[in-house]
Amino acid sequence: MKRVVITGAGTINALGASVPETLAAMREGRCGIGPLEFRDVERLSIRIGGQVRGFDAQEHFNRQQLSLFDRFTQFTLIAAGEAIAQAGIEFSDELAARSGVVLGTAGGGVSTWDDNYRSVYEDGKNRVHPFVVPKLMNNAATSHVSMEYNLRGPTFTVSTACASSNHAMGQAFCMVRSGMAPVMVTGGSESMLCFGGVKAWEGLRVMSRDACRPFSLGRNGMVQGEGAGVFVFEEYEHARARGADILCEVAGFSMSSDAADIVMPSKQGAARAIAGALTDGRISLDEVGYINAHGTGTTANDKTECAAVADVFGAHADRLMISSTKSMHGHLIGGTGAVELLACIMALRDGVIAPTIGYEEPDPECALDVVPNVAREADVSVVLSNAFAFGGLNAVLALRRI
Amino acid sequence: MNTRSKVIAIIAEQAILEPKDVTDDSTLESLGIDSLGLVESIFAIEEAFDISIPFNANDPTGGDFDISCVASIIAGIETLLSKQS
Repeated sequence: MKRVVITGAGTINALGASVPETLAAMREGRCGIGPLEFRDVERLSIRIGGQVRGFDAQEHFNRQQLSLFDRFTQFTLIAAGEAIAQAGIEFSDELAARSGVVLGTAGGGVSTWDDNYRSVYEDGKNRVHPFVVPKLMNNAATSHVSMEYNLRGPTFTVSTACASSNHAMGQAFCMVRSGMAPVMVTGGSESMLCFGGVKAWEGLRVMSRDACRPFSLGRNGMVQGEGAGVFVFEEYEHARARGADILCEVAGFSMSSDAADIVMPSKQGAARAIAGALTDGRISLDEVGYINAHGTGTTANDKTECAAVADVFGAHADRLMISSTKSMHGHLIGGTGAVELLACIMALRDGVIAPTIGYEEPDPECALDVVPNVAREADVSVVLSNAFAFGGLNAVLALRRI
Repeated sequence: MNTRSKVIAIIAEQAILEPKDVTDDSTLESLGIDSLGLVESIFAIEEAFDISIPFNANDPTGGDFDISCVASIIAGIETLLSKQS
């Protein structure tokens, strides 16, 4: 079995258009959630979200590219560009033939669906742009990264709702660890902040109208975000041989299915995934210093997640920190685990634990150290990232300082 | 059909029961309606009466709309209908 390390990271999300901007915002506990701005927003009852603001796609892409790139693909390419530049790696010959891309997204080109349905249903048009299908397909972003960087090995998209990115990164990890691929570009992206995207979520009645307050008494639901997070996962010796700056090690991964309910989370399913990641990475309970929680801000998730952590860690649950950065960047659905992995890397490299902002009052059902409102300095050597999706699909990654 | 019988028909359908088995003091729980069934019932009521019910699944018992039993749901709908007219 090979060791797997991260040698590049990139992002764009409501907190910033790069990793340094995003980490600075997380350190400051800044909130990227605000009033949504798009067509027909006045017909929604949910009008807040973690939107990427001040983003001009034309500054990044030409006209021909824009006819093929949905917003989720645009975000992916921007994040991938930052990650691959940081890794300082070029893909050619044998390396290109064996390296690939695995990315997560739940909805793919949601605004492309939305715009074109509007055009044919509302505006009564009978003709759509020829590239609607290649623009909206869930694997569009993955394929464009593959084309842009000459990645010719195993390449596909994973779609497991809110766990998509963690499942994708787990796949990339397993592929590098097994020796199948020397390098994998991985992470995820989402852009559902358009009228149809938010309207669909509104129906479920789990969205907050004012703020995402994970673990806080009186929390009233989730808030959506958008953006992408992309990483370069690389075989350790390969990274060392070329003198790459190693951000951290990917130490373990586990996934589980609740096999119970299509929306309600299960403590047992979450606990099995958390415990599984520890076993996989041969990590002892007391090594874990920080968990980046799924922490959606719904009543059901947060109490179930805390109960699962308490079950797995026993007495050590009271000594570790657990925070939800969704309070700042919103829930990026299929891209969320990727952006949240940045908080994990910051904890390991910079010794800064991102806070759970918007925290008002302790909830006895979430009685863990949730790092309320203010970032904290701490020396941690192993961290976890939780993702628990609708459909009962759970994926947990473990990272280790190197 | 009056408000009462319309609401009972919707709840009965959701619970897979005959309307006669849904009484004023039935709770949704006693009828076997879970959280998804509750959200679907609220939606069906909104569609049937063309009203908007303030309901957040994170806090089903909070807010002004009382879902503790069938009678309270009917009363809540009547209040919303009278505000609308």
